Amino acid sequence: MKKALVTIAFGLTASLFATAASAQATLNSVKQKGFLTCGSNTGLAGFGQPDAQGNWTGLDVDLCRAIAAAIFDDPTKVRFIPLAAKDRFTALQSGEVDVLSRNSTKTMSRDTQLGLDFPAINYFDGQGFMVRKKLGVASAKELNGASICTQQGTTTELNLADYFRANNMKYEVVAFATSDETFKAYDAGRCDAFTTDASGLYAERLRASAPDDHIVLPEIISKEPLGPAVRHGDNQWGDIVRWTHNAMLNAEELGVTKANVDQMKTSENPEIKRLLGTEGKFGEAVGLTNDWAVRVIKHVGNYGESFEKNVGEGSRLKIKRGQNALWTKGGLQYGIPVR
Amino acid sequence: MQTVVSQTSPPKKSFLYDPKVRGVFYQVVLVAAVIFLFYVAATNAIENLQRAKIASGFGFLNNTAGFDVSQALIPFSAAGSTYGDAFIVGLLNTLIVSAIGIFFTTILGFVIGIARLSKNWVVAKVAMVYVEVLRNIPLLVQLLFWYIAVLGSLPQPRNSLEMGAGFYLNARGLFMARPIYASNMWILVAALLIGLVGTFLYRRWAKQQQEQTGRQYPVGKVTLGLVLGLPLLTWVVLALAGVNPISFELPRKGTFNLTGGMQILPEFVALLLGLVTYTAAFIAEVVRAGILAVSKGQTEAAGSLGLKPGQTLRLVVIPQAMRVIVPPLTSQYLNLTKNSSLAVAIGYPDLVQVFMGTVLNQTGQAIEVVVITMGVYLTISLITSFIMNIYNRRVAIVER
Repeated sequence: MKKALVTIAFGLTASLFATAASAQATLNSVKQKGFLTCGSNTGLAGFGQPDAQGNWTGLDVDLCRAIAAAIFDDPTKVRFIPLAAKDRFTALQSGEVDVLSRNSTKTMSRDTQLGLDFPAINYFDGQGFMVRKKLGVASAKELNGASICTQQGTTTELNLADYFRANNMKYEVVAFATSDETFKAYDAGRCDAFTTDASGLYAERLRASAPDDHIVLPEIISKEPLGPAVRHGDNQWGDIVRWTHNAMLNAEELGVTKANVDQMKTSENPEIKRLLGTEGKFGEAVGLTNDWAVRVIKHVGNYGESFEKNVGEGSRLKIKRGQNALWTKGGLQYGIPVR
Repeated sequence: MQTVVSQTSPPKKSFLYDPKVRGVFYQVVLVAAVIFLFYVAATNAIENLQRAKIASGFGFLNNTAGFDVSQALIPFSAAGSTYGDAFIVGLLNTLIVSAIGIFFTTILGFVIGIARLSKNWVVAKVAMVYVEVLRNIPLLVQLLFWYIAVLGSLPQPRNSLEMGAGFYLNARGLFMARPIYASNMWILVAALLIGLVGTFLYRRWAKQQQEQTGRQYPVGKVTLGLVLGLPLLTWVVLALAGVNPISFELPRKGTFNLTGGMQILPEFVALLLGLVTYTAAFIAEVVRAGILAVSKGQTEAAGSLGLKPGQTLRLVVIPQAMRVIVPPLTSQYLNLTKNSSLAVAIGYPDLVQVFMGTVLNQTGQAIEVVVITMGVYLTISLITSFIMNIYNRRVAIVER
């Protein structure tokens, strides 16, 4: 609450009195500060969460670290600002964060009316429901009359209304400001069902008082392309975010990993040479050094490595690659060629 | 000295050195500077918003909302309602919790304030402990206590507590029978109106009689009989005649929860309990201060005139104490209204939660939404103050 007010107050003051930041300023201001400020989730396992020592980990966190690595050759030069769903866009608009990497859905209105750009999609998701096993519910179609906990200010809140309307079912919505409050209310029995993106359901279930008492229903009721957001108008900065993500995808496709990236520099494969900057001046064209992708992969790894470590089989979440596999393996992640 | 000055004509001072002119000049400059500052801020904000391609203006209020709200006093649906409707829903939810809260906190505050001055040691100490505990714990913590610890520990819907007379209690709220009015309901309403008018006339007559003859009439009993008894009697007669004007829809067990009937959300109850108990602690202190401000001689004089302690309190002490009580009481009413915005922490859909939460986020129009919200709280507070000031003028001491 206090945080929200501070954010909003900050945003208002900034938009009232700041002379408009010049459109190409983000990279320079990040370099001047010496670190990147990254809008992050307040705590979503696998995507963005601080541990007991305050070290942030997660798929979204890795993207911010990758951007910092591309700029500074140092993935620790990131300051993470935890943001609730309802404060996140204001924080980005007002300049409190340089990039928002916080499982945010790209939609047309956010892209066109909020003054934001979504340069990449780093996780293809969809909204689902979680219920207690003992309710005996096997499908979302059986949720007529249920009360459902959701986080306010999200696409989830809107999809929920759409879904129940389309299926002519009644429900009672209980909306909370933060994901923490929402899940606690569900866990305490305030609601029959909890809804958020499917990835979030698996992550939150780990926090339940008895995780095995809950099941995720099979229906996926929406498309949720999640990705980083930047302010509209600073195209160079948008390019840096876009190409950092694409470098991680291309690295996976070409078999460049954290471990072998230095050896790969001597590869004769022209695609690898362009990616790693031994041929061409692609990095300089976006205001970085030509070995930008080497920095990203050496410090953070390729997309597949980041996925496995944070949300995949190597993590507690054990989410399958599914739609997030590379296009060569039947998924939707498609690295735009570096050339 | 004075005569000398008055005799000589005032020296011709330059216009520039006239303190009056200077004063006016500085004030004009200050006002102009403030206006200029606001002008610069506004134009700069508009320019920046346009440059950043952020939508602005108040047109969004007519856009379809697309989300649902758990408690709406006007018909509200995701498909058919606009952000403007969502604003009204939030506003009404704020107003209803504030109005009910002010009503109960006044009663509770007066009871505790008077109890604290009781000659009974136990009563006085209990009141003191109440005040000291409640007003020294942050309201947010108290709200979370009521919501999570108290209401959250109620049983799940399938094991609802049945409280009789169609009342059920569970973690989803309080459920009760919903009255359904038949077409002959007007008879009951008419009976109630007759009762009210009758009471008014009887009270006037009784007061006249007391002033003229000194005889006292049982005003309380007659009031009760006319206002409650008459409609009840009419109801019973109608029911016996087989044309019952009110029937009840009882809550039934549904798949997930009780359906039908009326439901009071736990968020509403938690917020109301938190606001009422917290504000009552402050009001109790205000009341105590007001009563102590009435000189002891007044009580003694009332006693020597033969008034009973209850009458002394009601007829002598409280009316004089009100002069001291009303201004700080107004502040407490305003505090309660503004504190209701803490609803955001427990999911009660008040103005801040619905409008500054969901609507702000879905539209991204922070400046407009925040300005409207601030304007609303300002307006509510000014109206409350205005009404309380009128009341204050009525109870204030009449200077002679």
